[in-house]
Amino acid sequence: MQMNHTKEIRDFVVTNFLFGDASSLQDTTSFLESGIVDSTGMLELIMFLEQTYDIKIEPEEMLPENLDSVNKVIQFLGRKQEKAAGA
Amino acid sequence: MCAIAGILNFAEAPAPTEDAMRRMLAMVRHRGPDQFGIYLSDQVALGNARLSIIDLSGGQQPITNEDETLWIVFNGEIFNYIELRAGLEAKGHRFSTHCDTEVILHLYEEYGPECLCQLNGQFAIAIWNERDRSLFLARDRVGVRPLFYTQTGSRLIFASEIKSILTAPQVKTDIDPLAIDQIFTYWSTLSPRTCFRGIVDVPPGHYLVAKEGQVTVKAFWKPEFSSDAPSALTPSTNAIASRKERSLADYVAEFHELLKDAARIRLRADVPVGAYLSGGLDSSAIAAIVRKLGVSRLDTFSIAFNDQQFDESIFQREMAAYLGTDHHVVQVTHADIGNAFPDVIWHTEVPVMRTAPVPMFLLSKLVHDHRFKVVLTGEGADEFLAGYDIFKEAKIRRFWARNPHSKWRQLLLKRLYPDISNLKATGATYLAAFFGAGLKETDAPGYSHAIRWRNNRRTCRFFSKDFGAAITEQQSRGRVAPGYPDGFQNWGDLEKAQFLEISIFFSQYLLASQGDRVAMAHSVEGRYPFLDVRVVEFCNRLPARLKLRGLTDKFLLRQLASEYLPEKIWRRGKRPYRAPIHRSFFNEATPDYVRDLLSESSVTASGIFNPVAVRQLGAKLEQGKMVGETDDMALVGILSTLLVQRRFVSDFSPANALSDRDDVKVVSRCVADQPAKRVGNVC
Repeated sequence: MQMNHTKEIRDFVVTNFLFGDASSLQDTTSFLESGIVDSTGMLELIMFLEQTYDIKIEPEEMLPENLDSVNKVIQFLGRKQEKAAGA
Repeated sequence: MCAIAGILNFAEAPAPTEDAMRRMLAMVRHRGPDQFGIYLSDQVALGNARLSIIDLSGGQQPITNEDETLWIVFNGEIFNYIELRAGLEAKGHRFSTHCDTEVILHLYEEYGPECLCQLNGQFAIAIWNERDRSLFLARDRVGVRPLFYTQTGSRLIFASEIKSILTAPQVKTDIDPLAIDQIFTYWSTLSPRTCFRGIVDVPPGHYLVAKEGQVTVKAFWKPEFSSDAPSALTPSTNAIASRKERSLADYVAEFHELLKDAARIRLRADVPVGAYLSGGLDSSAIAAIVRKLGVSRLDTFSIAFNDQQFDESIFQREMAAYLGTDHHVVQVTHADIGNAFPDVIWHTEVPVMRTAPVPMFLLSKLVHDHRFKVVLTGEGADEFLAGYDIFKEAKIRRFWARNPHSKWRQLLLKRLYPDISNLKATGATYLAAFFGAGLKETDAPGYSHAIRWRNNRRTCRFFSKDFGAAITEQQSRGRVAPGYPDGFQNWGDLEKAQFLEISIFFSQYLLASQGDRVAMAHSVEGRYPFLDVRVVEFCNRLPARLKLRGLTDKFLLRQLASEYLPEKIWRRGKRPYRAPIHRSFFNEATPDYVRDLLSESSVTASGIFNPVAVRQLGAKLEQGKMVGETDDMALVGILSTLLVQRRFVSDFSPANALSDRDDVKVVSRCVADQPAKRVGNVC
């Protein structure tokens, strides 16, 4: 399950922000520090996550800690889905 | 007015021909369709295409001095020519015309290259000295008028536009990879580089002397922000000592007098003068000042967009009604921008990263269609009086850097950039991470612009592997970063940021691709009161607090404008002029050339971009949802680069040479032609 998410998120980032060139993207690469996303890019990512995984991301969750690398997104997504399942 | 061109032989070589000059001038006919002039000698040829504005009947070039030893061709205007002429006549110079061109020539005769310091204007000049066989080329202080040259074999070939130079059979060029990298970083090349290998510009504020095979390029002016720097036109003035005690009202009064006079001398023309009206503070202030100078009828010209996100026509109409001008509007749609884009790139001669030049191109057509040749505009206020958000951004970042943990300091950034799509919707912490890059590197000379340049460089992802390698190879061979002048480190933070903005974006892009080239495409001359050298130097000596007070930009201009304009105009926040991008190219009627240029075969053949990346960008843009700034910039950069490559390198097609139907004055001073043609043979 998590492996699939990782691939989906990587594919989204590679297609939309790196336009096919995955060479600079590790799962720990900071989107901001490496310049992979701009301000709109962060919103694109949020919209993708909301639509693909049927979640709602609150403004206070729009933090680099949650969204700034593939791994951070995976962990954030895991927490969101756990929370949804528990609710 | 005009365009110039020329060829200089360094060594024994066949004399430049009239035919070669006719080919060069034909390429810039749009800049000067009224008359043409050619000077020929065994060693040099000079050419001019003239847009007649002053001395309509008597100013045909080339023009010579009393003993016919100096010959000039000229593009531009010297606004203080009347005052300069009086001084020269007092020294015994005799004039045969009433135009400013002749004033430059006598001034050069009297003072040599130092004469440039006395000129208040916008110019590209070429003077041939028959006595010492030297060629003198010069370009105005901030680069309003263009001037390019190349040295090939034993020749120096120069022109107002590169397309003239490319008509010379010996000029072979190609796209310069490092130049493209610079454009994708700074939005322009760094002078003197152009996007063509081997072709450079005479930098703004510089002159070139070619003599006995040697070419030297020297500066005669640069932006100087020291408060005690001498003034160009009045070197003895050192007013700052007394200024320290001056009140705001005194500053406003001096600024007022300077700007009024700058506008007054820019109305000097033997044809009617109109004005651009953007709806913002700067052009409104200029139009209002012109009106107050007693101009009874003023025609104003504006751009309106169908796309409401970009439209400012409400403000324009309000202003036109307030000033009582005859107002004209060009209504611009997405399709208009997409359709005109290839023509615009033919005129810019350089890739661009935004579509904003296109509506300016359509606006100059409107002006031309109303039979105007000259317009005043508000360009320059944002640079010299600190109007841009980037100045505020740098100020906030420096303020924030002093206490990086302060939440409210970083939140000041949210007040900026309301026009950048979605930025305001982004969380504060994200914003902090975005603008916090390099936050503490406040001593770095490019601190103010580092984030912009870094963001722009996202577009470099589209370069092909080989093209990227070529850039890296060039970078390893020499200086590629912006240069910082002597004394830069002693300037204030705001002034450092202003210098970068002026020397790169303003001179190299705004005045060129969005200024001269798109106005001259329709034979329209822009005149810029804020770029009067006296206004510029006054602004550069102002304390920073009179330019950017708190986060109020152009503070001094707003004070002045409050005497002229309705409060809602002079208080109105800066709204940057922008034009729609992806919807201009991807819409219900996507132009064929867009699909053609972005096709895999075309991109691959270019060698510049990675076809896979371009295809993915195209797919994303075609969907049209969530398109970012980077995507927009990349699209325009890629399309324009491919157009430049196609139009100027692979498929360059010279225009037909000037014909017998054109009004061409030819002066031949070739030895073989003398004495029959010894005295200005006028054909």
